[in-house]
Amino acid sequence: MSSFWEYANPRKFMRTTNWLLPLVAAASVVVTATGLIWGFFFTPDDFRQGSTVKIIFLHVPAALMAINAWIMMLVASLVWVVRRHHVSALAAKAAAPVGLVMTLIALFTGAVWGQPMWGTWWAWDPRLTSFLILFLFYLGYIALWAAIDDPDTGADLTAVLCLVGTVFALLSRYAAFFWSQGLHQGASLSLQPGTRVDWAYKAPLYVSMSGFVLIFVALVLAGTRTEIRARRMKALVARERMA
Amino acid sequence: MEIRVENLACARGGVPLLDALSLSVQPGQALILRGPNGCGKTTLLRTLAGLQPALAGSISLPPDAIAYAAHADGLKSTLSVRENLAFWAAVYGSGGVDAAVARMNLSALADRAAQNLSAGQKRRLGLARLLVTGRPVWMLDEPTVSLDAASVALFADVVRGHLAAGGMALIATHIDLGLPEAQVLDLGPFRARLPAPGRGGSFDEAFL
Amino acid sequence: MIALLIRDLRLAIRAGGGFGLGLAFFLILAVLVPLGVGPQPAVLAAIAPGVLWVGALLACLLSLDRIFALDWEDGSLDLLATAPIPLEAVVTIKALAHWITTGLPLVLAAPVLGVLLNLSADAFGWLVLSLLVGTPALSVIGTFGAALTVGLKRGGLLLSLLVLPLYIPTLVFGAELVSRGAAGLTTQTALLLLAGITAGAVAILPFASAAVIRINLR
Repeated sequence: MSSFWEYANPRKFMRTTNWLLPLVAAASVVVTATGLIWGFFFTPDDFRQGSTVKIIFLHVPAALMAINAWIMMLVASLVWVVRRHHVSALAAKAAAPVGLVMTLIALFTGAVWGQPMWGTWWAWDPRLTSFLILFLFYLGYIALWAAIDDPDTGADLTAVLCLVGTVFALLSRYAAFFWSQGLHQGASLSLQPGTRVDWAYKAPLYVSMSGFVLIFVALVLAGTRTEIRARRMKALVARERMA
Repeated sequence: MEIRVENLACARGGVPLLDALSLSVQPGQALILRGPNGCGKTTLLRTLAGLQPALAGSISLPPDAIAYAAHADGLKSTLSVRENLAFWAAVYGSGGVDAAVARMNLSALADRAAQNLSAGQKRRLGLARLLVTGRPVWMLDEPTVSLDAASVALFADVVRGHLAAGGMALIATHIDLGLPEAQVLDLGPFRARLPAPGRGGSFDEAFL
Repeated sequence: MIALLIRDLRLAIRAGGGFGLGLAFFLILAVLVPLGVGPQPAVLAAIAPGVLWVGALLACLLSLDRIFALDWEDGSLDLLATAPIPLEAVVTIKALAHWITTGLPLVLAAPVLGVLLNLSADAFGWLVLSLLVGTPALSVIGTFGAALTVGLKRGGLLLSLLVLPLYIPTLVFGAELVSRGAAGLTTQTALLLLAGITAGAVAILPFASAAVIRINLR
């Protein structure tokens, strides 16, 4: 019985994350600090954008995790729907606030970066717009979890919302791209990623991205542990009622 | 054509209420469910009606046989008595609206909007819905709430007529319906026991 | 199933059914926007497609919580779930009834409000067409949202938070279709995408709504 699904047992999950979480948390601090310090202080200024470009070391990892958190929620919701593992549903619940904050960081750093570069804090660029929409989807998902008392009902409903929401988030993203090339002024603000970004930037960027992945994993593990404990409390109360 | 339930376990709000419950009802029989408040009468009826899944056990029912009546009557206050019943008759693809109205002593009120009925009259209208469904198995949750003595007797009479026609009934109630021929099932002994502490048993149940 | 549709329409039209509220809201919005923005015809003409679409969307939103809430409160939803109609059909009929009582009046009223907002003459046909194609999606998506929040106290606010993001693609393509029509540009892509979203939503979302109702009834 050494399958992957063993970790879907709350007991096993708690035992494993008990030693795993501190390691991941420590690693996330070290790696993120390395990436950010390297990126902020030991990279040359861009010839066009000056030092403002260095916000990329916050912006890109946050944007990456904003999307990946939703994908992780989608997978966890599917696992819950198909295999009914409570840990999976609780992990999806724990990931949502992290994804929300990552989206906010991405939007905020984007605005801070955009102000000196484009002369505006906000533009209805498709990329920005789709992140704003993603933010709304996170809000709705979290609000639905918060509104439902029964944990299994909450897990089921939010899982369906996550599935339907994914389809509509993709449609919205497509709509945003379609919309901004319409009558409205053409948006030419988005960066072309990957085009001639020097290794001097790429290396610290990758380190920073790994750091954000580790932060995400650590926060989700911690959040899931909290949720499991909350479920146990509820179970204890239920036992009281049955006794 | 019988109801057979074996080793049923059901839960409400994630808390197991009933366990190892078995029962069977033959055509022409009524089964009255008794037990203190919160013992799982409603949960059992909802499980049998297919509104919620059973934790364990097997339920065998004739297909498309159930007419379920909950605490609430499901009446539309702006529709008249006749319109309310005609809707359910159309949903169940049956008729007999006028007969049901007469049977439940509602003829004088047939064109009155449901919002202008008294509580007991509403309840009678809710029970008249059972007649128009034409279904053989009635599952009734506290059917006599807010009925006066005469109406309870009328209701018992209707149930008796239903049984005589080969129907079945499961009725959760506290009061004496005046159906001495009905079997009585006390749900008390089937109360779910606490699982042994610390031993989660199967995979995902380590919460309880 | 016809009986359910007739019942829902009858309930909507009788006293307290709230029929026409969405329409009145739509009208008020079309009056308030020029008052807020100013009477310049060019400005109004430029924003008219978007304002009309946002107005239609909000007017739809107003009546969504009535789709299931009343049936939930009086217990009919339990009875409908045990009735011989599949729940998927029930939610489809409910969405259809919502569209007939809310979406269709909006489609019919929109040209009149287009005059108030100085919508360009070329765009009237596109406005009606876009609403006709797009509002069924609003009703079906809204029914899904209403199904999600059916058991909740004070679900109304949550309902708008859940449904409005889902409305974004329909809004974008619908308003875009009218704008392009007004500007005399090609409208085919927007129309096809709008129709595609509606068709997809009508085909798939009733299953999600029915599943969600079953979960909520447990």
